This record gives sequence, C-alpha cells and structure tokens, in this order.
Amino acid sequence: MTATIPTTVAPESAPRVRRRGNGAWRVVVLAVLGLYFLIPIAASVWYSSRSNGELTAEFYTGIPSAPGFAEAFGRSLTLAVLTVVISLLLMLPTMVLIDLRLPRLRSTVEILTLLPLVLPPIALVVGVRSVLAWAPDYFYGTPLADAFFALQEPSLPWILVLVYVVLALPFVYRALDAGIRSVDLKTLTEAARSLGASWPRVLVGVVLPVLRTSVLNAAFLTLALVLGEYTIAVILGFQTFPTWIVEIAGSQPQLSVSVSVLSLVVTWGLLLLISALDRRRAGKDS
Amino acid sequence: MPFFGYLAVFLLLPIGVLAVEAFRATDPVTYQESWSTDSIVAVTDGAYRRAYLGSLQLSATTALLAAVLGLALAVAVLQAKRGRLLRRLVLTASGVLANFGGIPLAFAFIATIGTSGVVTALLGDLGVGLGGFSLYSMTGLGLVYLYFLVPLMVLTIVPALEGLRPQWREASDNLGASSWQYWRHVGGPVLAPPVIGATMLLFASAFAAYATARALVGSSVPLVPLQIADALSSNVLVGSENLGKALALGMVVLVGIVMVFYTWVQRRTQRWLQ
Repeated sequence: MTATIPTTVAPESAPRVRRRGNGAWRVVVLAVLGLYFLIPIAASVWYSSRSNGELTAEFYTGIPSAPGFAEAFGRSLTLAVLTVVISLLLMLPTMVLIDLRLPRLRSTVEILTLLPLVLPPIALVVGVRSVLAWAPDYFYGTPLADAFFALQEPSLPWILVLVYVVLALPFVYRALDAGIRSVDLKTLTEAARSLGASWPRVLVGVVLPVLRTSVLNAAFLTLALVLGEYTIAVILGFQTFPTWIVEIAGSQPQLSVSVSVLSLVVTWGLLLLISALDRRRAGKDS
Repeated sequence: MPFFGYLAVFLLLPIGVLAVEAFRATDPVTYQESWSTDSIVAVTDGAYRRAYLGSLQLSATTALLAAVLGLALAVAVLQAKRGRLLRRLVLTASGVLANFGGIPLAFAFIATIGTSGVVTALLGDLGVGLGGFSLYSMTGLGLVYLYFLVPLMVLTIVPALEGLRPQWREASDNLGASSWQYWRHVGGPVLAPPVIGATMLLFASAFAAYATARALVGSSVPLVPLQIADALSSNVLVGSENLGKALALGMVVLVGIVMVFYTWVQRRTQRWLQ
C-alpha cells in the first residue's frame, strides 16, 4: 500500500504522466517478439512428441539408444571437458599475472582474446586445415608429422580441443575478468606469499577459491560452446554431437528435433546454474 | 608467456598461412606449385562474387533489423514498471537463446515452418498458407538468424542502457524537453557508440554463421561460408583447396574492414562526446 502514495500526491508532474501513458509500443514489441521466440520452441516440442497423430515420448526416450548417439555425445563431452581444462590452465595464470605484474599488457591481451569473437570460425578452420596439410606435404617421416597425425586421431581429435580453446577465449576472458576486477588479488597474494606459500600454491589455494564463481562461469560457457560447435568439426572431418544430429536428420527428422529441444533445455539449465551461482555470490558479498 | 605462444600457433599462424597460401596455385598437370593471383581473381568474380554480395546483404540486413528490435526490446523491458520479474526473464532467455545458434536452431525452425512443419500445417489447414515464404531461402535464413541475433543485441546493449542515468531524463523533462528531444540530444549521442559496436558484433556473427545455413539450405543459397565448404570438399577440381583459402581470406579482409570502420566511428563519436 505504501508504494501507491507517491503517485497519488503528484498531480503536477503532467509531462511525466503523459510520457508513461504512451507505452502501447512496448506492449506490441513484447508481444510480437515473445511470440516469435516462443512459437519455434512450442512447435518443436509438438513436432517431436507426436507420431501418427498420437502423443508419444518415444523420440525422447529413444535418444540414448539411437545409433551413434552415445559415441558422438561422449566424444563431444570429452572434448568439452578437455577444452575447459586447457583454457583455464592457459588463461587463469595469464590473467593473474597481468593483474599483478604486467598491467600494461592488459589491453593487448584483451584485444587478442576478443579477436575470435569477430573472426569467422570457418576462415580459421581453413587456415588450420592448411597447416595440418603440411604434415604429408613437407614433414613426412619426421616426428613433427607424427605429432600432426596424432592430433587428428578420429576417436579423440586433440586438434579440435586446441582450436576450441581459441574460440572459447572471449568467453573465458570476460568471465574471469569480471571475477578478478571484483576482488583485491594483490593483497591476497601478497599475504599468501609473505606467509611462505609458493606461486603454484597461491594459485591453487588462494586465487582459485576466490575466483571460483567466475571459473565455473567460464567453464559452463565453454561447455555449451563446445557441445554445440559444428563448423570446425565438420570441416576437419570429425564426428561430434552436432554433426551426428545433422547425419540422423535425413532418416529420423523427429529425433533430430527432439535432440535439439533437449540441447536447448541443457543450455538453459547450465545458464540458470550460472546465474544462481552469481546471485549466491552477490548475496554473500553484501 | 604461454598465452602469446598459444595464440601465435593456433590463431595467428592459421590466418597467416591463409594469407600466404591463397596466393599459391597448383598446376593441374604437373602438380607444381607456384605464386599466382588466380584464386584471388577467381573469387572476386561470378558465383563467388554473388556469394560475397549475398553474405554481405544477409548479414547487414539481419544485423540492422536485430539491432533495432533488440534495442526496442531492451528499452521496453527496462522501462516497464514493476518489471523486475519480466526483466530477469528476458535477460535469462536472451542469455540462453544467444547461445542457441547452430544446428539445433535450424531443426527447431524446420519443425516450425519447414515443409512439414507444425505452423506450416496449421496455416495450410486454415487455408492461408505461407504466402510464398520459404524457410529454405535467403529470407527464411534471415528469419532464423534473428532468433539468435536479437537476444545477442539485448545482452550487449542492456549494460549501456543501464548506464543512462534517470537523472538525465528527469532533468530534460524538467526543462520541458519532449521525449524526441531527449533521445535526439541526450540519450541518442550517449548510446550511439555502444549501439554501433553491438551492431558490428551482430554483423560479424551473421557473416560467420555456417552451421545454421548448412543445415537449412545446403548450398542452394549464395553465401561465402557455404561456398568455402563446397570448395574444400570437392576433390575433383585441382586447386579448389586454394580457392577455399582465397574465399576465407576474403572473409577475414571484409571483417577487418568492418573492424577498422568501427574503431574509426568509435573514435569520432568519443571525441565528439568530450
């Protein structure tokens, strides 16, 4: 009730009232865009839950046993976890070092990490392919060529992990940057160092716990990115979860839609988890 | 530092190789390699030229549309009274949908307004039909691209909108300015750099999008990423690999031009604001 008092005692703020009253466009924008975003999701659920006009869950329960699913999804998951680990191993020490010792490098690192955001992945992968083609062309019979071939092992293509780390850089950087800016790393690390902790110990025992929300944030975003990545995998000729969806779409269109709906749900879950963690941190800080 | 080493090997080296090898040619008879601008000349002509124009047109149109719609949505949500729940809902949904690109998105739309889609069937039953609209065309692709571009715009522009202080609006109201005058002289100039920046980001995402287009239209629509994939997968033509490199280099150069333009605009608007 108290909230209504200010509006009832301010009759002279006429222009303000007029401006607020002219808000029909807002309703129109919200309604039109709301429909635009909801209809495809609703239609996908409808499409994938019907067989010969009957309601059925077979396209959802049938996913795990679909031919090739376990293998492709397992591989994508492995790639995702490896990408998360390598990006964090690469970026966490780099960003801590820049924050503490080399602040003048900050803008260079920022620009470099944001490059993959605008650089088309398809252009990057054409370049990677050309480099990989050196192995048979120029280095054949040398250890370097063997290393190149090992990277392209179809059951676990490490080359995808290495390229995905580049694609994930902007997300990892921004997530970690937000965390680093909100804490005083300098004081914390100096305290730890003066108590005799070694640098690796400081990283694992102090920096990692302090930044855990940002680290998790970065990890989830990277996970979502890798699980959905198609361009790099298909151009380099590896089978992952997204390329599997495209493959089965021809013979089982409903299955491909049900998998798509599920992947939306999974992304949603991951991001809700992130925002829940963010809120918990915000609650604790205040 | 390992960071610079990593980027040098996995980002700069591939792009550098692209820039060099696009100027190489393989002789179809002797398989001798030589320096040549044949591939570069070839990609600026004919079908490839059409693909560049198609890509540019599609990404520019969708980026502009998404920028306008995303801005409108962000303003509508932020200005709504008692809109905290709505606001959280829209922001979370934007976060999800901006990441919902690629393959799943294409299949969601196929299930909706594809040939056997739910909405297609519904409109057919109503006797309306799609009125000549096809999902498997440039317009159809545009409609699908907006699905991840609009949320991306909302996500990138909300922080800037929140930076607009309510006091500025109140001051301008108190001085008798109309809504139009406020946006023309206060809100607009402050928002211009972030809006232009966000639009460039949308352009780059639409320009680079490959998975959605691949799953939807195969290679029936002239777009550069599709042409690159075609050139790479064709084992028949000797030297088509080089064509792919030249096409990819063209994309990098175009994105580079856009970024240079963006920095220039950013610098000008910032100077003007001071």
